[in-house]
Amino acid sequence: MNSTVEKFAYDNRIVKNFAIATALWGAVGMLVGVIIALQLVFPALNFDLAQTTYGRLRPLHTNAVIFAFVGNGIFMGVYYSLQRLCKARMWSDRLSNIHFWGWQLIIVAAALTLVFGYTTGKEYAELEWPIDIMITLIWVVFGLNMIMTIVQRRERHLYVAIWFFIATWVTVAMLHIVNSIELPVSMLKSYSWYAGVQDALVQWWYGHNAVAFFLTTPYLGLMYYFIPKAANRPIYSYRLSIIHFWALIFIYIWAGPHHLLYTALPDWAQSLGVVFSIMLIAPSWGGMINGLLTLRGAWDKVREDVVLKFMVVAVTAYGMATFEGPMLSLKSVNAIAHYTDWIVAHVHVGALGWNGFLTFGVLYWLVPKMWRTSLWSKKMASWHFWIGTLGIVLYAVPMYWAGWRQNEMLTQFTEDGRLQYQFLDVVNGMQGFYALRSLGGTLYLIGALMMIVNLYKTAKSGSFLANEDAEAPALAKSYSIHGKEHWHRWIERKPVQMLAFSLVAVGIGGLLEMIPTFLIKDNIPTITSVEPYTPLELEGRDIYIREGCYTCHSQMVRPFRAETERYGEYSKAGEFVYDHPFQWGSKRTGPDLAREGYGNNKKSNAWHYNHMADPTSTSPSSIMPRYPWLLTTDLDTSLTASKIRAMQTMGVPYTSGYDLVAVAEMNKQAQIIYDDLLLQQDQILIGEKGLSPNHEIIALIAYLQRLGTDIEVKPINTAQK
Amino acid sequence: MKFINYLESIAGVSIYPLISMMLFMSVFALALWHVLRQSKESISEQKNLPLQ
Repeated sequence: MNSTVEKFAYDNRIVKNFAIATALWGAVGMLVGVIIALQLVFPALNFDLAQTTYGRLRPLHTNAVIFAFVGNGIFMGVYYSLQRLCKARMWSDRLSNIHFWGWQLIIVAAALTLVFGYTTGKEYAELEWPIDIMITLIWVVFGLNMIMTIVQRRERHLYVAIWFFIATWVTVAMLHIVNSIELPVSMLKSYSWYAGVQDALVQWWYGHNAVAFFLTTPYLGLMYYFIPKAANRPIYSYRLSIIHFWALIFIYIWAGPHHLLYTALPDWAQSLGVVFSIMLIAPSWGGMINGLLTLRGAWDKVREDVVLKFMVVAVTAYGMATFEGPMLSLKSVNAIAHYTDWIVAHVHVGALGWNGFLTFGVLYWLVPKMWRTSLWSKKMASWHFWIGTLGIVLYAVPMYWAGWRQNEMLTQFTEDGRLQYQFLDVVNGMQGFYALRSLGGTLYLIGALMMIVNLYKTAKSGSFLANEDAEAPALAKSYSIHGKEHWHRWIERKPVQMLAFSLVAVGIGGLLEMIPTFLIKDNIPTITSVEPYTPLELEGRDIYIREGCYTCHSQMVRPFRAETERYGEYSKAGEFVYDHPFQWGSKRTGPDLAREGYGNNKKSNAWHYNHMADPTSTSPSSIMPRYPWLLTTDLDTSLTASKIRAMQTMGVPYTSGYDLVAVAEMNKQAQIIYDDLLLQQDQILIGEKGLSPNHEIIALIAYLQRLGTDIEVKPINTAQK
Repeated sequence: MKFINYLESIAGVSIYPLISMMLFMSVFALALWHVLRQSKESISEQKNLPLQ
């Protein structure tokens, strides 16, 4: 062992920057959450403006809380703990700063593009391709800085928290790249390279693992560092933490298909998702128990210390959410809960309880430490704890109840075998629940704002230590092994090996799940009557994506009697082969639209026109926003030809040279819809600029009328005719 | 179409479940074997890293 003691300093400034960003973006993300919750109670709060409509704000909320609040929270925790666990300053201050400012730039770019309708239409991966590339570059900067810090460390062992950070980095990189493969049409418009079922599988492999490797594994790393720090005692079982780590990363990656049960995804992929989801209980609860048992015999501290209070609730919420998740992946339970507010409740137990409360706990611990003072008001922090907890309860309970009730009402039949309730009846029955949920969210936000005040005052009362002096002996170049050496230690000591093994563990799952879907043709049986969208329908589809219709409407009829009675024939995999991206959705605040243009669901063009102008004109008491701008804005056709060419590149069988006639074809179809609207113009709520075949609404109507019609039995010309 | 139809179209499919099973068993067996065999001192040293 080299005995030379080296002096160095930990970089607290970068931790401070990320801490401030965490708190501020957290407040913004939660505020947008409260606004969209209120919009479902008071639709007038959509303000009839494109930029403030639910469909655009909801992706803003999810992206803000996931990537801005939790994202900055991860980096705050990693930059603090990694330096101490490695007994080394971050490898490069410059890279730390590029990482910080790059990430904030991504957040601002994301917020602006989402609000202005630039979106890929894939949940939690809505950001357009230039931002995707920025994320990749900044992620590499973060990874390089982290790995080099580990390489230059002064501590032989890599503590388990670091394993979680490494696995997070490598898996998020893989997920982000694979799911973001898209074909750009312009600077801010692209199409997902995958279509239909394949797109859905890749998206939920990503979506599920974004929860796993962005919201869970890095936070488990934080749990393994900050709970021992706050409680001043080591983790309950280090052996358990090793099993926890390998089991979790190995199993988590397979569970994605449980988001697609009873959909048109092949059965085998659904079953695979269920089995692995059930297995996940074991490592998840192992981790939770490890966290909670760390406090065994120290529960008196929990009563006193607000940091521990937040952490205990966080770990408990983690345990609840990770028990509920596998239960929800059972097909019988999923049939009830999917598409309802139950899922919203489940997600928020994780987000508000686990991520939110752990972040608050870490912030309350870090700020006094780095500003060398004590918390400005313990009483206020304690109030935050109780208001936040009450907020979670007031959020979750009404949403569980609402979800259950939605399923009860939607599957209820009368004695003579008809559906008892219209979808609108269900919407009307939700108002009380939605109001209570808004109250819960508001309380939670108030708590977070109290924390910001408290931490600001704390910082004011102390003096910030930008560079914290430390010393440790340098690591000896050669490491002599004493006694028995275990194979695993070779991985545990070397970050690059760790990274490679983590990638293998998560890669196997991803590959085995996806390759069959892509390679075996039979997985997506072709339906000969399914044709590519007309140019007008394609433009209409892009408007549907731009307005975030998928945040409230699914396009997937599951094979249940209650659904086929309500919506028509159940959805087939072959119907979606030209859907770049798929639009199956994940929540039904409004009805399913998969067969909107077919059978009993078909409505007149005038109905659609009125419905978009003012939903309550056709569906009294609807809570859908109005879309007046679609009635006055001319459709931008400058990209239509490139869009057709992009589709051709991805294998959509438009005839060669179709791009050149696409706009003319589009005008023809628009004229037909326009003529039909003219016939009924005395019955429609015409926009300020009158009726025109060029308005966006015409394209959207064309798309909605197309939905579900591919399987229509076309009349055959017989001899009699 | 049922799972079995897809499986039948893969040549030598019977090896896949065996490989999967082996992979799983070995990961868990190795992890378990590893943690059980570590010495108390080494575990204690590692678990105390955050508190140094």
